[in-house]
Amino acid sequence: MALAIVLILLVVATILFHFLSPWWFTPLASNWSLLDDTMDITLVITGAVFVAVNLFIAWMLIRYRHRAGHRAQFDPENRKLEGWLTAGTSLGIVAMLAPGLYVYSDMISPPADAMVVEVLGQQWQWRFRFAGEDRKLGLSDTRFISGERPFGLNPDDPAGLDDVLVDAGELHLPRGKPVLVLLRSRDVLHNFYVPQFRTKMDLVPGLVSRIWFTPTESGRFEILCAELCGVGHSNMRGMVVVEDETEFRTWLAAQPTFARALAAGAGDGADALVVKGRTVAQTRGCVACHSQDGSRSMGPTWQGLYGKHETLADGSTVLVDADYLARSIREPNAAIVQGFPAVMPPSNLSDEEVAAVIAFIESLAAPPAVQGQAK
Amino acid sequence: MSYAASADHHEPRSFWTRYVWSQDHKVIAIQYTVTAIAVGLVGLVLSNLMRLQLGFPGAFDFIDPSSYYQYVTMHGMIMVIYLLTALFLGGFGNYLIPLMVGARDMVFPYLNMLSYWVYLLAVIVLLASFFVPGGPTGAGWTLYPPQAILPGTPGTDGGIVLMLTSLVIFIVAATMGGLNYVTTVLQARTRGMTLLRMPLTVWGIFTASILALLAFPALLVSGVMMLFDKLLGTSFFMPAIVSMGQPLEHAGGSPVLFQHLFWFFGHPEVYIVALPAFGIISDLISTHARKNIFGYRMMVWAIVAIGALSFVVWAHHMYVSGMNPYFGYFFATTTLIIAVPTAIKVYNWVLTLWRGDIHLTVPMLFAIGFISTFVIGGLTGLFLGNVSVDIPLSDTYFVVAHFHMVMGVSPILAIFGGLYHWYPKVTGRMLDETLGKLHFWVTFLGTYAIYFPMHYLGFLGMPRRYYAWEGYEFIPASAQDMNAFITVAALTVGVFQLVFLWNLVWSIRHGKPAGANPWGATSLEWQTPDTPPVHGNWGASLPVVYRWAYDYSVPGAARDFIPQNVPQDGDTPVADQPVWEGHA
Repeated sequence: MALAIVLILLVVATILFHFLSPWWFTPLASNWSLLDDTMDITLVITGAVFVAVNLFIAWMLIRYRHRAGHRAQFDPENRKLEGWLTAGTSLGIVAMLAPGLYVYSDMISPPADAMVVEVLGQQWQWRFRFAGEDRKLGLSDTRFISGERPFGLNPDDPAGLDDVLVDAGELHLPRGKPVLVLLRSRDVLHNFYVPQFRTKMDLVPGLVSRIWFTPTESGRFEILCAELCGVGHSNMRGMVVVEDETEFRTWLAAQPTFARALAAGAGDGADALVVKGRTVAQTRGCVACHSQDGSRSMGPTWQGLYGKHETLADGSTVLVDADYLARSIREPNAAIVQGFPAVMPPSNLSDEEVAAVIAFIESLAAPPAVQGQAK
Repeated sequence: MSYAASADHHEPRSFWTRYVWSQDHKVIAIQYTVTAIAVGLVGLVLSNLMRLQLGFPGAFDFIDPSSYYQYVTMHGMIMVIYLLTALFLGGFGNYLIPLMVGARDMVFPYLNMLSYWVYLLAVIVLLASFFVPGGPTGAGWTLYPPQAILPGTPGTDGGIVLMLTSLVIFIVAATMGGLNYVTTVLQARTRGMTLLRMPLTVWGIFTASILALLAFPALLVSGVMMLFDKLLGTSFFMPAIVSMGQPLEHAGGSPVLFQHLFWFFGHPEVYIVALPAFGIISDLISTHARKNIFGYRMMVWAIVAIGALSFVVWAHHMYVSGMNPYFGYFFATTTLIIAVPTAIKVYNWVLTLWRGDIHLTVPMLFAIGFISTFVIGGLTGLFLGNVSVDIPLSDTYFVVAHFHMVMGVSPILAIFGGLYHWYPKVTGRMLDETLGKLHFWVTFLGTYAIYFPMHYLGFLGMPRRYYAWEGYEFIPASAQDMNAFITVAALTVGVFQLVFLWNLVWSIRHGKPAGANPWGATSLEWQTPDTPPVHGNWGASLPVVYRWAYDYSVPGAARDFIPQNVPQDGDTPVADQPVWEGHA
């Protein structure tokens, strides 16, 4: 009897939960409203079945409970009833599968005029590439990848020279225009996922995968990696900024092209140390926990860190200078900033690498308006 | 060659041959059960550690991202393979199959004994990975390459090697066991026990064993290939990669190939767990509602159909894997088709309660709990099987909630129901009913509290396998509160399992004496001359079967059940006929 009442209460509670909970899809910011509709259809059908089965069981637990003199009915099978139930279930299945496959056929058919954008993923950051005036992305290969050439573009392919390289984790897109996103990985599986756009796809090293969507709302939308890619997985952050066409064009024009990157060479003097520091930070995994754009992460952000006064876990304050940074790198848990967990692993960097990382951190003092700056 | 005349089978005499190196299926079953429960407790503790981090991020210094992903991985692998598969097939299968079909033992008793010790070795190798440099692998139970064997993922030194080795050893054990179960069902049924008179528990475990024999090889080869990639530098799954700034020697391999192989195994695997649970639930409901299972033949066909279809749905785990998009049409269709026989089973359980005589015993409580939670798990599968609807939900907490409901809650409730139901046969004593009810209520309500809200975190878009979601703007602070609530519920449910363990141990000596058939059940295991059954199960002569396993509340019968070995009216009891002992 108690179980019957509990089942009824569970049905009521789950229905209330559904309507009262604040946890639902983020507001849609892409063209995939049909997907949301199919989701609703599925929810209604499955919800109805859930309620019906539980209430029916609850009723039977009361009606057919054992009591003196009560006996069960002997009822081996009922082919007709089974037939109806099978038919009804099949109908419900078709009612969900049909719209689902219809939307799917749309999702795998990008429009011919979609703007092509490449997303390049690696442990644990995002980069982006546009096709430039010739609307063709240049060829790439892992053998061309280096610290200074993170995209691995083939310098002998003319189609790549005008490709626009976005070496920071922030992708701008024009509102209202369909975009075909080609996904490429340098190392392991990742997944490009923006909840408000609804669609997502793995990045697979060795092949190029794709999704398409049309951003319909201006705004800033977080990119999350949605395929476990190592210890920095939950910090592989990026941002999609959707804006007016004119603002987008302005932003795009300010980004360097591959030709310009080739001409700039590896840099010299102080800049070379910063570039080296950035390379070390990326390849040794520091970026897994330390953002460079001010966003909160597992460890303190490096933006504006150099020269700051930080409060340590024991309450004392410290000036973040080269000495403090060097000590923090070599003995991670000696002087932890307050509010962060003591989980930084030792990194065994050489003195040269430590100096390079510190130079890189120091270079992040300015806000990120300056293009081409390390991010 | 009759059993009685067999010269090489002696009654075991010493402590060691009776209880340790035993070839008796009942002893082996208990060995499997105890080992599986023990390793399952390790998996439970790991899940509680994960929940501590998720509910109270950063509060526990020793749980850093590396450890967290190791807990995630070991929890998943332990629960799916070393607990659920081993317990349903090696535990329930070993104990019940010979008894339910009227055999004296499995047809290959020596191989049966070996299978347990090889399983134990697999467990030891797996747990050894906690003690090697770098610790166990943290690649997720799915072990996807390239990350599973590359820097950046925990355990890529020794942990992944031990994990893959342990899986290979487990598959050897599972193959030995599977051959036993399938052959015994096909060849050692007693006289009168046709396939369509077998209880559904046997059908479920039998079909699951066939699935295991056919599916585990895919995991075996993918594990061996990954070991080669790791240890010998081959490139089965490894394309050209720049890992942590270093170009690697590998080239030309395909990570998606691993996923196809893994899920070709992995999807039947979930039915290897689910089908025995289905069978057990059918028998629990019919016994405790004193009513035949509704639509027995459809239930058998549904089990077989689900088993067969389970081999053509695997890529619904790969909709966002980057595989050829056209595969999505095929696999979404087959996946939603498999929902039909599954739904029929749910209807038939429910229709068994209809006009039944429902005794709310502890096994029945767990069986009802199973139906309620399995319905949620199955229905959310319809979201995930439908390719386009899956895409926003893939890799979010909706998936975690779905597979826990359908693998981690309902089959566990079926296991508990089965243990409460058959414990009196195994030990001769009843488990304490009050403790059983307490265990049921906390577990049932607790798992609802854990996993129902979790679906909504998935709708929101919170990704799975995240160490923390610090600083993500689209996630409201209330989601963190919900995570804390789920953690408290999980810890509570975890701790309360101690009540069950206490009951198991205490009742061996102090439980109420059960008698031979405390539930009034019809199937053969309850009709043994001794309780607990002795070696050889049946005494001098094997039982003979005259009817199906569901003659409950037959009109005109004196009692509300008729055991399978009771002759029909007008039949000559077979005791007057020459005795047939069956196969050796």
